[in-house]
Amino acid sequence: MRHHLILRIITKLLIGPILLFALYVQFHGEISPGGGFQAGVIAAAAIILYGLVFGLEAAERAVPASFVHGIMVSGVLIYVGTGVYSIAVGGQFLDYDQLDPHYPVHGQHLGIILVEIGVLFTVAATMILIFYAFAGRPTPIGEEEW
Amino acid sequence: MSPWLDFVLFSILAATAVGVVMLRHLFAVVMLGGVFSLVTAGLFVVLDAPDVAFTEAAVGAGITTVLLLGALTLTTRREKPATSGIAIPLTVCVITGLALIYGTLDLPHFGTPDAPIHLHLAPEFLVVREPEIDIPNIVTAVLASYRGFDTMGEVVVVFTAGIGVILLIGQHGVGRRSRKEEAEDEESPSP
Repeated sequence: MRHHLILRIITKLLIGPILLFALYVQFHGEISPGGGFQAGVIAAAAIILYGLVFGLEAAERAVPASFVHGIMVSGVLIYVGTGVYSIAVGGQFLDYDQLDPHYPVHGQHLGIILVEIGVLFTVAATMILIFYAFAGRPTPIGEEEW
Repeated sequence: MSPWLDFVLFSILAATAVGVVMLRHLFAVVMLGGVFSLVTAGLFVVLDAPDVAFTEAAVGAGITTVLLLGALTLTTRREKPATSGIAIPLTVCVITGLALIYGTLDLPHFGTPDAPIHLHLAPEFLVVREPEIDIPNIVTAVLASYRGFDTMGEVVVVFTAGIGVILLIGQHGVGRRSRKEEAEDEESPSP
């Protein structure tokens, strides 16, 4: 899409606010609607938009696939690790009260923040990877045939 | 919210669905699918479910449309005309639709406070959330804490889906493409 000047300028202007909005949805999720899943798909949408307009190579230079692989796995590990840690300190699986035995409410806050980060990582990374996988396939249809 | 808004949104939904069924040009069908998701997201906002609206707008209208376009490049642009008659599919659709409408007759009315879902567990969550978790958004509290195990299952499902796609259609794009370009470079004599 080298020749679509307007699309490229608008995309450049939009990607920052989209990523910022994803972070807002993530970290303001305890007060306003939203959470890890919503923030993850919004962040992934920003990267996918970048890949659509500037090409897959540019997107993979900005966000390498190997890095996204690591993020995808670490999301699940953070979530499950929170649960395992709460077993290790004497509670039940995903019992956030155990994260801060003196102030269970703080433990709940910490646990929710941790698992939401896990959800964010896995969802965003999976969406980006699926896009990379689809967009990276050779296309039998030429661009003019649309 | 005004019933007119619901009426307009549902009319657009129905028109979009008819368009998807009638059109043969698959690019237009994919775009209408995105429109359908976007209008659905609007309906979710009207129903006071902004969480779901976020997800529907980003996944349904955004990412799914992009993925369907990616899939479309692997096939033809036009749907083949149907070879058999429409009598049997139409009958199946009508019967299924009537059964679904019949099923909704037993559902509680929209927003009824004494609907079964509001009588069990939900009041307890609303009462104990304040001292136990102390965050204002009840949805986050339920999803991340009371139903934390359930949410973990969802995360693992997303993870598994990603792994499946990567295993099925390739590690990632650039490596595959660069190999193809290398092959092309080898074929064409360098100047």
